[in-house]
Amino acid sequence: MNSSKKNRLKDNAFKYFGIGCTTFGLAMLAIFIGNILIEGFARIDWDFITNFPSRNPDKAGILPALIGTLWIMGLTAIISIPLGISAAIYLEEYGKKSRLANVLEINISNLAGVPSIIYGLLGLEIFGRIMGMGGSLLAGASTLSLLILPIIIVSTREALKAVPKSIKEASFAMGASKWQTISYQLLPASFGGIITGIILALSRAVGETAPLIVIGALAYVPFVPSSPTDEFSVLPIQIFNWISRPQKGFAINAASAIIVLLMVTFVLNGIAMYLRNKWQKKVQW
Amino acid sequence: MNKLEARNVNVFYGPNQVIKDVSISIKKNTVTAFIGPSGCGKSTFLRLFNRMNDYIDIFKMEGRIEIDGSDIYDKQIRVEELRKQIGMVFQKPNPFPKTIYENVIYGLRIQGIKDKKILDEVVEKSLKQAALWEEVKDKLKNSALALSGGQQQRLCIARTLAVAPTVILMDEPASALDPISSAKVEELIYELKSQYTIVIVTHNMQQAGRVSDTTAFFYMGELVEHDSTKMIFTNPKNERTQNYITGRFG
Repeated sequence: MNSSKKNRLKDNAFKYFGIGCTTFGLAMLAIFIGNILIEGFARIDWDFITNFPSRNPDKAGILPALIGTLWIMGLTAIISIPLGISAAIYLEEYGKKSRLANVLEINISNLAGVPSIIYGLLGLEIFGRIMGMGGSLLAGASTLSLLILPIIIVSTREALKAVPKSIKEASFAMGASKWQTISYQLLPASFGGIITGIILALSRAVGETAPLIVIGALAYVPFVPSSPTDEFSVLPIQIFNWISRPQKGFAINAASAIIVLLMVTFVLNGIAMYLRNKWQKKVQW
Repeated sequence: MNKLEARNVNVFYGPNQVIKDVSISIKKNTVTAFIGPSGCGKSTFLRLFNRMNDYIDIFKMEGRIEIDGSDIYDKQIRVEELRKQIGMVFQKPNPFPKTIYENVIYGLRIQGIKDKKILDEVVEKSLKQAALWEEVKDKLKNSALALSGGQQQRLCIARTLAVAPTVILMDEPASALDPISSAKVEELIYELKSQYTIVIVTHNMQQAGRVSDTTAFFYMGELVEHDSTKMIFTNPKNERTQNYITGRFG
């Protein structure tokens, strides 16, 4: 066998291996979603969305958990977006390159890999106990903000870095200050990347369970939270709670709640993709 | 009095000295060409005049650079103000990813000028000065990125003119352009001379010969010779200059 033949064989072998790997991932996802849909789809109706949890699985609904999830999402966004973007701008545009900056940089990347339950413990101590927020929405959102802050910082920095240096130079050479260059040129040009990172980070926050359990989110909430200081539950906790019950009816409820949760994250990811495509078309170098 | 004046300037990037004791005087409303082989420090030297090297972390400068007799590296100088006086055009056309109109008024916008009438006037005047008005007057609201390379470079010149500088620095402004666009930019430089002091870095010896009044030859961070362009090209005093312009190296 000559070498070109051998190379082609290797090429083909890897191609089919790749196809196999891709199919494996997709098949698992399809089985998972299919299974959930079969179990839970029939259970989803308006009552399921608008009812409170109940001891009777047929009457139980997800209203407090769904509203709780939306609250958490909104508050987390309000807290984490300004912090994350500002920190990223500082690190990327103002911070001098020094040993300290390097250490900081490595640590921020490392923070993104810290297990979420650790953030829960941190949140419990700082927000729950020291700052006296208890098991409120605010404590939960603050904790999740800490959790996704590194993701937002890293993705915002990447987006800022992607803006060509020539644009920055042109702006400076026109007499623009640093902040003018950032606000007139860098942020608009990197908006697509920044918003994508934020939305992906938020959809991660929406799915988190462990840190919220640690700070004391409730499994049974007989009311709809109406202010940031209220106690709350969220969809993943509701799902976890139902799954752990022996009755078959609750397992079905859990599957239905998973469908709703997936819808929320799919919608978020969809928005992220839409914005990315839209802004990529608008800004091209 | 000279418009620009550099006295005993040394520049270091970390441990490397890239400019070695350069002194040069540049007269008002003239075109000065900086020539020399790649890496000779001519671009670095050009960027000293609007302090664009300040962003390089390892950059260090000694000596004095003056515009109209005042030290531009003085602590009192606000670098944003300085750059309104000393505009710059880059090697690769770098319009902002915005409309043609927004590109031209960027300098005014960051100065806080909002009066639509003034802005419109400046756009028309600057684009006419840059010989671009006839080509773009009907599409001012289109993206600047849709223009050809040569048009983009003239837009960058218009953008620089809009803030009414007195000095324009050009870092190989025609090297990324085709011959026709390049000729247009040269023509423009020639016309702008009556109102502006222009310093141009170029690799193209013919270009230096055509557009400039005086020429400065840089080699290994030193200013070898600065004289009238005619003298440099016909009767250089230094042997290295002679060798370079006759194409024996570089």
